[in-house]
Amino acid sequence: MHTVQVIVQARLGEKICTRSSSSPTGSDWFNLAIKDIPEVTHEAKKALAGQLPGIGRSMCVEISLKTSEGDSMELETWCLEMNEKCDKDIKVSYTVYNRLSVLLKSLLAITRVTPAYKLSRKQGHDYVILYRIYFGEVQLSGLGEGFQTVRVGVVGTPVGTVTLSCAYRTNLAFMSNRQFERSAPIMGIIVDHFVDPPCISQRPATMGQPCNYRAPDEDDGGPYAGVQDSQEVCTTSFSTSPPSQLYTSRLAYQPPALAGAAELCHPAANPNQMHAGKEGGVVLVPAQPAHGADAHLTAEHAPNTPGSSGDDDGLSQSGEGRRDEGRRSASPSDPIESLNAFTRKIGAFVNKPNTQITAASLDLPFAAFAPRGLDSEENDPMVQPPDSPPCPSPLQASLHSQGSESSGPQDDFVMVDFRPAFSKDDLLPMDLGTFYREFQNPPQLASLSLHQLQSMADDLDSLPEKLAVYEKNIDEFDAFVDMLQ
Amino acid sequence: MNCRSEVLEVTVEARQVEEAMLALLHTILLHRSTGKFHYKKEGTYSIGTVGTLDIDCDFIDFSFVRVSSEELDRVIRKAVSEFKDALSNSGSDGMGQISLEFYQKKKSRWPFSDECIPWEVWSIKVNVVNLATEQERQICREKVGEKLGEKVINVVEVINRHEYLPKMPTQSEVDNVFDTSLKDVQPYLYKITFQITDSLGTSVSTTMRRLIKDTLAL
Repeated sequence: MHTVQVIVQARLGEKICTRSSSSPTGSDWFNLAIKDIPEVTHEAKKALAGQLPGIGRSMCVEISLKTSEGDSMELETWCLEMNEKCDKDIKVSYTVYNRLSVLLKSLLAITRVTPAYKLSRKQGHDYVILYRIYFGEVQLSGLGEGFQTVRVGVVGTPVGTVTLSCAYRTNLAFMSNRQFERSAPIMGIIVDHFVDPPCISQRPATMGQPCNYRAPDEDDGGPYAGVQDSQEVCTTSFSTSPPSQLYTSRLAYQPPALAGAAELCHPAANPNQMHAGKEGGVVLVPAQPAHGADAHLTAEHAPNTPGSSGDDDGLSQSGEGRRDEGRRSASPSDPIESLNAFTRKIGAFVNKPNTQITAASLDLPFAAFAPRGLDSEENDPMVQPPDSPPCPSPLQASLHSQGSESSGPQDDFVMVDFRPAFSKDDLLPMDLGTFYREFQNPPQLASLSLHQLQSMADDLDSLPEKLAVYEKNIDEFDAFVDMLQ
Repeated sequence: MNCRSEVLEVTVEARQVEEAMLALLHTILLHRSTGKFHYKKEGTYSIGTVGTLDIDCDFIDFSFVRVSSEELDRVIRKAVSEFKDALSNSGSDGMGQISLEFYQKKKSRWPFSDECIPWEVWSIKVNVVNLATEQERQICREKVGEKLGEKVINVVEVINRHEYLPKMPTQSEVDNVFDTSLKDVQPYLYKITFQITDSLGTSVSTTMRRLIKDTLAL
């Protein structure tokens, strides 16, 4: 129970501060001051349903990140396992007790080390961190490939050996979850109640859909098929949904870049991540509506066109701002292109500078085809599909084939990194490049807009009058100042 | 008895030394502290509660947990800042080592004074580098944060092997095992020492002095 408390509290996003008291209160187990959050206890009890962890029945806490658009990604899974290897040498209970408290302390230390801690400290209106407690087999498939495991500790007890470990994902590229609305919600999803969930949290019943995660081999038919299926699923569902919905879920985007860009990418040794992080500098909070059930589809997400028939419209409208759905689906897993892809929103109508991507004008990852020039997107055959097929599948097929010829060392559609002139470092997130991209399209200055100009003129005109009034009251002001001193 | 010895190595920038040391030392002490013992009449005792506190580092992308005891924090900070000053004054290429040693006191008969028998020694080797550009510093920030994370995991692994720990003492013996001078927590008896190595790798007088003092103390 306490392990769950510690884990969840570590992910609340706040700094934890508890006091030591020299006199025992008697109710603090393991002599550690861990405040119990009742909701967490309740959830844990519900999941355990009166049983204790045993073989094959581990207690797991899964931490996931959920953005305000409804996409979610598993970040970590903490497991408390028990096996039968009884340590008969340990007879004295206080030794076990002490070891368990050391284990809890280690857990405290380790929860601050994994990448999810930094993410959870930054949670807010862009994304939240959720936890789920389940009991049973450990499911690690949702963590993406290359996840790492840390063993927090092992304690032998007369009835078995308790092992506490954490598996955390290192691939932090965000994958959209296409089958979102199609699956039944898993029981026990609890939204972190310190932050208001923007929408109902749902998760697919099966974690780790192959199409949502990076497929190492783009030519692999397997994930492809999955992708196609999901697309069909999506398209059918979209056809009935209002135009403002849509489209998104195929988008993968970087979780709120915000300040976290660097941190998001660095834990992974994966070079892809670096790119992701950098690109993320451009992308602010993606404002694409989640599709399907979770929505806070807001009408402001301008006329996104429905997936199936609207593809052409979507394509033609956005022009270079068009987002290439097909491409996305073709290689859903590529973090870079996913980032890129979704920045192109139909932003023509968007006038929210911060939270939405202002379309075409935004420098897009395709700009990273730097050798061909920044505005090469329009001419880039990969960006714009040769035609606008109604059904994404052929689109995806054709794009995919194009993609495989694309340049770039990684999977399809990888952008060559944007190298601004005079920047010398090729390893690291180039400050200059990121800066350049970020500031290529700043929002218009408020004071420069016409309306503002007029009011400024008015202000200026009224200045002399105001000055005269102030001079008259100069004595009052002096008295006031004296009073303050 | 054999003393367990662990060595951790970190490479940091000058301004990160303090926080890195604090992070590691506090992490170790968190695991090696208990609440205050309150002995009751029948020879049993009850243990107080240890609170924890999250600390964020300013110069490193890292956060750690420490025992929320101001007194202990003060003691550790003092030792670390002495170490830091020694490092910067040494003028050498900035290599030093700070050691946290847990020991037990063994009372000996007069005229010999008490023996200090270490049962666990943690040595943290520090290598200070100087960076030129802001970009390098930014990279260093993140890298050191990652490295510290790995060190914390190492520390936790070692501690969780549950090797020798002194037995829980009776009331009369508690000062031989635990440091009872603090008001709110009770770590095992420990001492912090450090030594600066100059560029030739030979240790400077501090260690020599310490060695001599120890032998004489016996």
